[in-house]
Amino acid sequence: MRTDTADLERPASAPAFQQLGLGRKIKNHTATVLFGLAFVIAVVPLLWVLFTLVQRGLAPMLNAEWWNHSFYGLLPNDSGGGVYHALVGTLEQTLVCALIAVPLGVTVGIFLIEYGRNSKLARTTTFMVDILSGLPSIVAGLFIYALWITTFGFDRSGFAVSLSLVLLMLPVVVRVTETMLTIVPDELREASYALGVPKWKTILKVVLPTSFSGIITGIILGLARVMGETAPLLILVGYSRAINYNLFEGPMASLPLTVYTARKTSTEAGEYRMWGAALTLVLLIMLINLLATLLSKLFAVKTR
Amino acid sequence: MAKRLDINDLNLYYNKFHAVQDVTLQVHARSVTAFIGPSGCGKSTVLRALNRMHEVIPGSRVEGSVLLDGEDVYAPGVDPVQVRRTIGMVFQRANPFPTMSIRDNVVAGLKLAGVKDKKRLEEITEHSLRGANLWEEVKDRLNKPGGGLSGGQQQRLCIARAIAVQPDVLLMDEPCSALDPISTLAIEDLIAELKKDYTIVIVTHNMQQAARVSDQTAFFNLPEVGQPGQLVEIGETGKIFSNPSQKATEGYISGRFG
Amino acid sequence: MTESTNSEWRSAPPGEAVTSPGDTGNTLVGSSEEAASPEHPTPPEQSGGRKKVIRLGDRLFQSVATGSGIFVVAIIASIGLFLLVRAIPALQANEANFLLSGQWRTGDPEDMAFGIVDLAWITVASSLVALIIAMPVAGGIALFLTQYAPRVLAKPFAYVVDLLAAVPSVIYGLWGALVLAPVLKPVALWINGTLGWIPIFADGNVPANSGSNVFTAGIVLAVMILPIITGVAREVFSRTPSAQIEGALALGATKWEVVRTTVWPFGRSGFVGGAMLGLGRALGETVALTVILSYTFEGPHYSIFDAGATFASRIALGSAEFNNHLTVGAYIAAGLVLFISTFAVNALARWIESGSGKGKK
Repeated sequence: MRTDTADLERPASAPAFQQLGLGRKIKNHTATVLFGLAFVIAVVPLLWVLFTLVQRGLAPMLNAEWWNHSFYGLLPNDSGGGVYHALVGTLEQTLVCALIAVPLGVTVGIFLIEYGRNSKLARTTTFMVDILSGLPSIVAGLFIYALWITTFGFDRSGFAVSLSLVLLMLPVVVRVTETMLTIVPDELREASYALGVPKWKTILKVVLPTSFSGIITGIILGLARVMGETAPLLILVGYSRAINYNLFEGPMASLPLTVYTARKTSTEAGEYRMWGAALTLVLLIMLINLLATLLSKLFAVKTR
Repeated sequence: MAKRLDINDLNLYYNKFHAVQDVTLQVHARSVTAFIGPSGCGKSTVLRALNRMHEVIPGSRVEGSVLLDGEDVYAPGVDPVQVRRTIGMVFQRANPFPTMSIRDNVVAGLKLAGVKDKKRLEEITEHSLRGANLWEEVKDRLNKPGGGLSGGQQQRLCIARAIAVQPDVLLMDEPCSALDPISTLAIEDLIAELKKDYTIVIVTHNMQQAARVSDQTAFFNLPEVGQPGQLVEIGETGKIFSNPSQKATEGYISGRFG
Repeated sequence: MTESTNSEWRSAPPGEAVTSPGDTGNTLVGSSEEAASPEHPTPPEQSGGRKKVIRLGDRLFQSVATGSGIFVVAIIASIGLFLLVRAIPALQANEANFLLSGQWRTGDPEDMAFGIVDLAWITVASSLVALIIAMPVAGGIALFLTQYAPRVLAKPFAYVVDLLAAVPSVIYGLWGALVLAPVLKPVALWINGTLGWIPIFADGNVPANSGSNVFTAGIVLAVMILPIITGVAREVFSRTPSAQIEGALALGATKWEVVRTTVWPFGRSGFVGGAMLGLGRALGETVALTVILSYTFEGPHYSIFDAGATFASRIALGSAEFNNHLTVGAYIAAGLVLFISTFAVNALARWIESGSGKGKK
């Protein structure tokens, strides 16, 4: 603190700026060090995890075969193979999830802010979305199992996975839409009405474009989050070592499921592939996070 | 294209709150009518009722009638959207659409109403910007965002946007209150020109401005806090400012209250 | 020209049909009713108030928006209902006490005996270990980021902490089981050896050096919930009114005293709310724990060196035997308990958070 720079050479008369008591000084420094240390404690596991992934997972990724082959026909001790089958599954499942969750979530957000403000239905919806945001992913999987597979009688499939991911993604989309629509000033809506633009066109052509950058960023971050989900996959789809493009039939691989399954083959080659798939998954998620940042810059409201 | 407005027994409410009581006045075609009065007297509320913007606020209510050349904008079967296309509005704070270029801002009303003819839009852009005295300043950067203009330019852009839909009446809600004196002067000059083609109603806190730009002036007042605002008197601007018939008007104009 | 525009009001513009009644028209939010004014009686064909004109587009759009709200409400309400409907037959076929038994025998639908006591213990124990570790660290980080870190660094630092949340749980599981557990082994052995006389640190149902126990799981969970608690805490601490902080500084308080007397009391309840959110996340975490915890048939010794399964990992492990309704029902019953407990914890979190900062000013 500034006070402890007081002149130590000052003679016997009471100094203008008294030294801080030693106890107070020690406490202050200890607190500063501890809080800084807490941050370091958080960084350690992050770097450790990333280091482990790169150290053990980088080698398989450098092989071209990794990107255009599956694990099909590999014996536990065979080296090689690729995650093409898992990439296909992950991308298809999350894409279909987004195709359902984004329009639904954005419309619910529009309803909450533009139409339902403070109505009973709006409050109920907000409450339900709150519940959904705390829903454990395994329960989301169980629910889709109970609904889609036991009640409707469908088989386990990649599409069932997409449905469970919708439950996990929906609250993210609704929240971000709500937040971004609230930021749009009412003056813009009024300006549009005053030009004789109907409300629905005002929402579509004025309000949504203004908040588009924020909404798209939030959606993509949410997508990155559900991409790494594993729990519902264990219940809702079988793992396949071969490439399966069909979301609606048969077992289908995905990156998280590949990591989880590869763990059970306790051979060196299997472990090699496991870490490779894990690093691929994290890189994919980081890539998508990066994309979110880029898109938010691209669509940001410009003034020049 | 300019039309007259007849306001009869207008009562305006926000939920239970009676905001404006029994306003009856006439707005002449091709002239400027100024609404003056202390804060909270309901002049802006009356203005917003003229093009049915009042009802945009939840819980608001309108009684009485507003006749545009004899036809009630509140009659059953009248579409508020059409009313607003006929009676345009400029707000206190310039509010260009942040996602649109200057050009798109000007023709936003037309484009959103489905006009696609490029050539016509091009013509209207230039015509409206010239009408708003902004053309020379922005003609080289029509594709730049409207948010990059200065405050005064943004407000003139909003005026250009309002006249681009070719309304009969133009409502202005304290259009200069957020602007510096030079920009204010530019807008006042513009109002003087616009009144050749449009019927203009302007709400202002600035009495010199009312005196400078308007042909007739309406003075609104609040009898007491919590009471609804009322129209005290309306008359030719010269008369209101030199020889008002009501004591309250004289008090307000001479700066004794408000 | 003057005449023609007026009549346009009454006819629909091309492509946009105008329809009559309904509640909301061109309003910002909600509806606004207009009363018929006595001076202008409404035409005879319209009884009771003026009818509002609403465009077809507006009606459609509003219906779609409202409909999606109703849809979401219905979906979520049906989650609880469906889980319940599926769980009841299994609970009826259960030969053990669901709430008090520690068994989990569900493979044969004719002979099922399952209860949640052991699952509850492992779930709660690992979540509490996580909470005990994560709370002080998250609080420290949040105070560091909001009060101590230089302004330019605060944002990237916060981003780094948020990155912890971007790592998928299956990867935390791998890291915990294969990398962290071996490193923790000596620590676990030391705690077990030195503090073993305290029941919670006594020998578990697997050897303390196995690593695949609640101790490791709790530490990994702590890392996973750290960004959640930190995020909420950062938010509430940064909302401390600057007048209070400056007031304390003006009295000659050190930085620590400022934190202790203004920032901490102001944000405390929000911080606890954030911790509850983290707890909700920890209770429902599945795959990391499925990977880390080894499964054992021996009952728990109520030590942090126990292994076993949580609600979530039990369900994940059991997915292989999902072949008949009753077996699935047993797992759904466990899922229902998990759903209800996370719901309760999350509701508590929101309740605490919504009260934070109130009454302190």
